[in-house]
Amino acid sequence: MALDKPYLDIPGTTIFDMDESRKGYWLNQFCMSLMKAGNRARFKADERACLDEWPMTEAQKQAVMARDLNRCIELGGNIYFLSKIGATDGRSFQYMAGSMTGMSEEAYRKMMIDGGRSIEGNRYIGEKK
Amino acid sequence: MARITASVYTSHVPAIGAAIDQGKTAEPYWAPLFAGYEPSKAWLKANPPDAIFLVFNDHATAFSLDLVPTFAIGVAAEYAPADEGYGARLVPRVIGHPELASHIAQSVIQDDFDLTIVNRMDVDHGLTVPLSLMCGQPAAWPCPVIPFAVNVVQYPVPSGNRCYLLGRAIRKAVASYDRDLRVQIWGTGGMSHQLHGRRAGLINRKFDHAFLDQLIADPAGLARKPHIEYLREAGAEAIELVMWLIARGAMDDAEPGGKAPRVHHRFYHVPASNTAVGHLILENR
Repeated sequence: MALDKPYLDIPGTTIFDMDESRKGYWLNQFCMSLMKAGNRARFKADERACLDEWPMTEAQKQAVMARDLNRCIELGGNIYFLSKIGATDGRSFQYMAGSMTGMSEEAYRKMMIDGGRSIEGNRYIGEKK
Repeated sequence: MARITASVYTSHVPAIGAAIDQGKTAEPYWAPLFAGYEPSKAWLKANPPDAIFLVFNDHATAFSLDLVPTFAIGVAAEYAPADEGYGARLVPRVIGHPELASHIAQSVIQDDFDLTIVNRMDVDHGLTVPLSLMCGQPAAWPCPVIPFAVNVVQYPVPSGNRCYLLGRAIRKAVASYDRDLRVQIWGTGGMSHQLHGRRAGLINRKFDHAFLDQLIADPAGLARKPHIEYLREAGAEAIELVMWLIARGAMDDAEPGGKAPRVHHRFYHVPASNTAVGHLILENR
């Protein structure tokens, strides 16, 4: 019997459940390697060579090199792991979060200062705003 | 006998730690947030605990996907602040309380909660930011801390009710410790926030205020809130709020006949980076 996943109809949201985790295991473990300063330096010097040391899929490697966090998440990445890539680049968490929304950094920052994204129209996929 | 004297609840946003470490607390963006914690710092100084049982979550720092414990209790003598990718925060090492932690582990596990026992762990912003918010920038933290890490990263995370019942077991464990210690329990994380995908930046003030109201007045009812409500209404990462129920379950009124706590302080602010910040101090009478 299929497991109940009542969270699949939340728009713009991927719950990092067991299936996602299985898919993203090596991508996320690669990200963990960036918690050591030496590994961050090696990654910056040659991203491709570093990624090739991990049994990740080619699509996962491409998504990391493109810094396409939405794609990384589609491929099983989790934001707390992926944030190590942003930290390696010297980016803030707000920059990373904003980069996934299609908004400019400035527009995202202003939205947060103005109280954040409204829940209205953001509960269900296809919901009318 | 040891006793839980109070519970403290607070968000633990990493940018708050960075603002403190970089001397930005007086900047217009941050000043209103830190002003909300001034009464808390004064309160902690006036009511110094002998130990803090600090419920937090590890954010893919000490625990990679190799091991994902649902509940992990730190029994070590000390813990180093972790390098989360930006270099470690320059804050004091966290001194543990191995004797009390071991006592709690022994009691709680025999009470049917299968804790993972941790003798070595670096602690990330989930633990150090609450200490910074409540203590400022001291040369040493004011008392020993027992880190208690809850998995809220790898779904499914423990239910609110499981957390609430665990809090009750922790209260019982503390009460059976022979030394006269004043113990505080802190629940951290939340409030509304989503850090990924096209819905990033979500804030739901109405949800947050209702959560705070119910946490104070009807925690057993709040413990029955299903995960999907947190995820849908307050953002995927707001699921951290289940950790507040551990601290709340450890208060006197979670037991029949126990007195309701006094609300010493309540504060709410938007935003800290991507997140709504909520804060409460509840005192047992």
